[in-house]
Amino acid sequence: MTLVGELVEAFAFGFMQRALLAGLLIACMCALLGVFVVQRRLSFLGDGLAHAAFGGMGIGAFVIVVSGLSSEGAALLRNPLWIAVPFALLTGLGIAWVRDRTELSSDTAIGVFFAVAVALGVLFFSRIPPDVNIGVNVMDLLFGSILAVRGTELIIITLVAVGSITLLLTLWGRLAYATFDDELARTDGVRSRLLEYLLFGLAAVIIAVSATVVGIILMAAYLVIPAAAARLWARSMIAMTVIAVIIGTTTTALGVAGSYLFDLPTGSAIILTQALVFVIAAFTQRR
Amino acid sequence: MSVAARRPARQAGALPVVHVHHVSVRFGDAQVLDRVSFDLEAGQFLAIVGPNGAGKSTLVKVALGLVTPDSGHAALFGRHAGDVPERIGYVPQLKTFDRTFPATAVELVVTGLRRRWPARVRPPERNRALEALAEVGAAALADRALSRLSGGELQRVYLARALVREPALVLLDEPATGVDYLAEHDLSLLLERYQARTGATVVMVTHDLAAARYHATRALVLNSRVHGFGLPADVMCEACLQEAYGHVGHGHVPHTHARRVHS
Ligand SMILES: Nc1ncnc2c1ncn2[C@@H]1O[C@H](COP(=O)(O)OP(=O)(O)OP(=O)(O)O)[C@@H](O)[C@H]1O
Ligand SMILES: [Mg+2]
Repeated sequence: MTLVGELVEAFAFGFMQRALLAGLLIACMCALLGVFVVQRRLSFLGDGLAHAAFGGMGIGAFVIVVSGLSSEGAALLRNPLWIAVPFALLTGLGIAWVRDRTELSSDTAIGVFFAVAVALGVLFFSRIPPDVNIGVNVMDLLFGSILAVRGTELIIITLVAVGSITLLLTLWGRLAYATFDDELARTDGVRSRLLEYLLFGLAAVIIAVSATVVGIILMAAYLVIPAAAARLWARSMIAMTVIAVIIGTTTTALGVAGSYLFDLPTGSAIILTQALVFVIAAFTQRR
Repeated sequence: MSVAARRPARQAGALPVVHVHHVSVRFGDAQVLDRVSFDLEAGQFLAIVGPNGAGKSTLVKVALGLVTPDSGHAALFGRHAGDVPERIGYVPQLKTFDRTFPATAVELVVTGLRRRWPARVRPPERNRALEALAEVGAAALADRALSRLSGGELQRVYLARALVREPALVLLDEPATGVDYLAEHDLSLLLERYQARTGATVVMVTHDLAAARYHATRALVLNSRVHGFGLPADVMCEACLQEAYGHVGHGHVPHTHARRVHS
């Protein structure tokens, strides 16, 4: 059978459709967020918040087991993301607060929150008896499991994607202005401080739901590479944004398809495809 | 004398355009501004002079609402600056923008019209931006990347950005820095032309005392506190400057010819 034929067949499966849909939604919101993360030199934030999500997943899984939800119905509630997302959100706002109120650099703030979140995640996962099925697998969390996206996750991803894409597009002119020059934007009535809290909070939520799919370890790269490659080609901020979304979505679709066809880990397939695009961009950049 | 000085003041008795009242600012141990007060009426051209570190830029930022004073308050047009951004054109002293940000000169000028970063520059906006750039002799820079501009070229683009919205108040923090001699002369003429056309108020921080004397209708001599505020000929006398600068005779402080007493 041809590759195309195989692909058509593959996407007839429900799980492949869910994976593609989740992947495209995540690619869109991560690319939109990524351009601001790259221009504001916050790449490390992607790492920090992904690990905060890991901590939140640990707490969430533990709560599900302790509360007995794991054995009963209420399938929609039985997902650690319901705890991981608010936990990551608090972490994101905490990092923004430290940046805003202290002389510490964001790297330092992120580093501290990063370590605390991982420590919490490990602690809570270790408290869960090994024979209990919590519906999450630590290896999947670390390396991603887009092909295993379930209905509940898809609902959460869709909600977050619609909300965050709407917000990012609505605030794009303000965010870009404040990214260009915070003080100049403030003289034009842009509330850049509030905007920074919002950006960090939004980053936390987007990363928390994306990390479970892309993998915590690959999350930062996934956030940064499309925007970085786009920066090499673009001569305006809007071009950078559009190109980043195109790179993010196509590489994600290619990665999902490639991982099915060649039986590769999906996260790796996506990131390596993106890396290829980045290398091409580096050699063909516009100066 | 500038055009604005010869014209009778508009809206006599109206609210001052710039109102600064007992403003004090400390940064750590340093008292950067010490109970600074003054009022500036519409149509005036104010030169703020004083030595390096005198607090001139800080004062401008207090007026703009970028720095919150420890005590006292400032208002523009009787309002908080953040409430009337469309009436204010600001040229900052330090161009602190992100040098890696992908942007062209036209896009920066269009922020002056939109007060947001433009996703797409519409043709009418582009035309207005091109006019403003031409006005400051920077038409050729329109589609150049900002990161590739020289200091003087950037200064012109920032000036175009400040003027494109036709502000009723222009706040310029050392706008002549980095621009060549001819351009500096052009700049003063440009501001006078703009004032004559619109009746706008101009506040300019400058180290060029001769230019301040020649073009300004008001002068503020500042070194943490106000050492003089009034007609340039009165407050920029040698004794006042000596008091503010702590020294004279560096050659760059020109002699004053007249020492009139002003009521
Ligand atoms: N954000 C800040 N934090 C701490 N100190 C500051 C800050 N901004 C300004 N200063 C200090 O306040 C003093 C006044 O600074 P300001 O920039 O207002 O001076 P200036 O009169 O504009 O000087 P110049 O002629 O060099 O531009 C300086 O000593 C400066 O170091
Ligand atoms: Mg200054």
